[in-house]
Amino acid sequence: MSQVPLSHILIVSTALFFIGMYGLFTRRNMITMLMSVELLLNSVNINFVAFNKYLYPDKLEGVFFTLFIIAIAAAEAAVTIAIIINLYRNFHSIDVEATGEMKF
Amino acid sequence: MPNYAYIALIPLLPLAGFVVLGLFGRRCFRHFSGLIGTGLVLVSTALALWVAYQYFFGTGHTALAFRSHPLIMLKADWLPFSPHLSIDLSAIIDPISVMMIAVVSFISLMVHIFSLGYMKGEERFATYYAFLGLFTFSMLGLVLSGNLFETYIFWELVGCSSFLLIGYYYERPTAVAAAKKAFIVTRFADLGFLVGILILSFQAKTLDFNMLIVQLLDPRLPHTTFLGISLLSWGLFLIFIGGAGKSAMFPLHIWLPDAMEGPTPVSALIHAATMVVAGVYLVARLYVLYGSDPGVLQIVLYVGAFSALLAAIIACTQTDIKRVLAYSTMSQIGYMMFALGSYGYTASIFHLFTHAFFKALLFLCAGVIIHQVQSNEIKGMGGLRKTMPLTHVCFLVACLAIAGIPPFSGFFSKEDILLAAYQANKLVYLLGLFTSGLTAFYMFRLYFSIFWNKPSERHPHKMPLVESIPLVILALGAAFAGFIPFSRLMNPDGAPEATHGISGMAIAPVALALLGIGIAAYLYGKESDRPAKVVAAVRGFYTFAYHKFYIDEVYSFITKKIIFNLIGRPAAWIDRNIVDGLMNLLAAVTARISAGIKGFQSGKVQDYALYFFAGIAGLTVLFIYIYT
Repeated sequence: MSQVPLSHILIVSTALFFIGMYGLFTRRNMITMLMSVELLLNSVNINFVAFNKYLYPDKLEGVFFTLFIIAIAAAEAAVTIAIIINLYRNFHSIDVEATGEMKF
Repeated sequence: MPNYAYIALIPLLPLAGFVVLGLFGRRCFRHFSGLIGTGLVLVSTALALWVAYQYFFGTGHTALAFRSHPLIMLKADWLPFSPHLSIDLSAIIDPISVMMIAVVSFISLMVHIFSLGYMKGEERFATYYAFLGLFTFSMLGLVLSGNLFETYIFWELVGCSSFLLIGYYYERPTAVAAAKKAFIVTRFADLGFLVGILILSFQAKTLDFNMLIVQLLDPRLPHTTFLGISLLSWGLFLIFIGGAGKSAMFPLHIWLPDAMEGPTPVSALIHAATMVVAGVYLVARLYVLYGSDPGVLQIVLYVGAFSALLAAIIACTQTDIKRVLAYSTMSQIGYMMFALGSYGYTASIFHLFTHAFFKALLFLCAGVIIHQVQSNEIKGMGGLRKTMPLTHVCFLVACLAIAGIPPFSGFFSKEDILLAAYQANKLVYLLGLFTSGLTAFYMFRLYFSIFWNKPSERHPHKMPLVESIPLVILALGAAFAGFIPFSRLMNPDGAPEATHGISGMAIAPVALALLGIGIAAYLYGKESDRPAKVVAAVRGFYTFAYHKFYIDEVYSFITKKIIFNLIGRPAAWIDRNIVDGLMNLLAAVTARISAGIKGFQSGKVQDYALYFFAGIAGLTVLFIYIYT
């Protein structure tokens, strides 16, 4: 079984990145926006792992980076959900349009 | 060598009083604040007198060499600029400073005690004592300072406390105006002092008094001139301007009569006995330099003599008791100045010493009288000799002392001054002689108008003990201070001066003084129309003198019409249009720009994220463009 070329994996990760960006900009629901951010992070993770495996197979830095990013993403999700809960208590909505009070 | 380290306590105790009373006086000890202030000054007076006793009588006789040069005590570097030029905080001990701390603290103590009765029941009693403490601290610091710049610091502090005390009754507009006037006029003169300090320290490369004198008298000093006059003379002249401002010499005397708006004990302390002689003290402190410069000394001589005469003439026409005393102060300081100008260092300091006693006494008596009759105008007084016998006796003693009647203190010092003037300059001697006759006349004009003139009623006025004790002590001082062998103790170079009296010198001034008293008794002894006739005979001159020779008017013409119009208005225009305009322009530009870009802050998270990604994308494009 032949190996999947690197370019295919990069295409997948790029696609994932832009899907995440699209979701981040178009969705008004904060939970969905959080999920989109997770997509962005995961596309980066894929890149790290892929480059590590294809370019420097005898090293492990890329893998460890990925592990750190996953851990940070978990922490970030916890913080974000806490923020969303607080916003919900204040605005009774998790629509991002409803929270546009901090303007000039 | 005895240890004088405790000398630092002498100025610091009144300072402690100022801090404590100023911070907590009105809240915590309203009624005891006077006692606290007085107690602190009492301790520092005791210390000062002890220092003076030690200095003049303890070690002085045995070790004359020890007195021949000033001692620097407690030197502390405060602001060093270079190894030689530094502003130190030091205390200098030489005959004149020791004499001054004794006089200043003593008079201050008397005024503190007197004010316990006089200022009783005042709303701002504690503040008053706090200010008195500040003044006493700064005056003691001024006379003790061993560094020219340190002197300047205390000089300004003295001016500041004088300002505060003149404006003590700040709800009276006249008091506010007087305080402002005193501050501005003396500040203006102090500018001269500051420039003088800069010139002298630039020449000598030091600010320390002893070093300064040594350096400036060094013949190897490069002889720099400015407008044909040596830089040293300029420096000394400018410093004299500062001294003349503080000492109310013509033409900077205009603030002193107005300063009488302050409480009367303050006038006794600041504007009669201590602060106004600071100018004399300053010239005396640098006397070796002034003595080496006959030109500047001539200016001192003539300014002093002219001020003495001018003030004496004005004093003859004034009807406000405190103003008469103010002009009399100015006249007596003129005496001290021209004594310095005619190489009569000892005589001048001696007169400073005796003047402090009798002038403080006169002012305190005036305070008692003003409280009794509730007015400053001598026209409303008269016949008070039985009503207030003690004040009467004290006032009489002080008048005799200032008139120079033997054996009261003023006789001795005035004799010395006239002797010095006689040897230096005959014209000034004659002016001084005439002025001494005038002095006797106007003082006894005051005396007879207040205590005789009208039939007296026998209702002895009760005076509190705290007021009568200072009067009695000062009266004793005014009567007997002349017997202190002053010339043996005091000299610019430390060596005792041989008194070379000319027999018969005393006859002319005493005869003139008696003549003045006689005329005053004739005119004002009984109520009559004699004064009015005399006034009518010299109406033009009288009006001229009554309006103080219109000097105030000249000043207000110069300031209001010339300076305000020619300098003030253009400056205001520049300030309003150019300086303010620049600032307004800056603000307007900022406001315009921010109005343009504030739309970016929409409050929408996704917009911000978009800007963020756009920025990243821009940077990426930039980097790709740069690195390929």
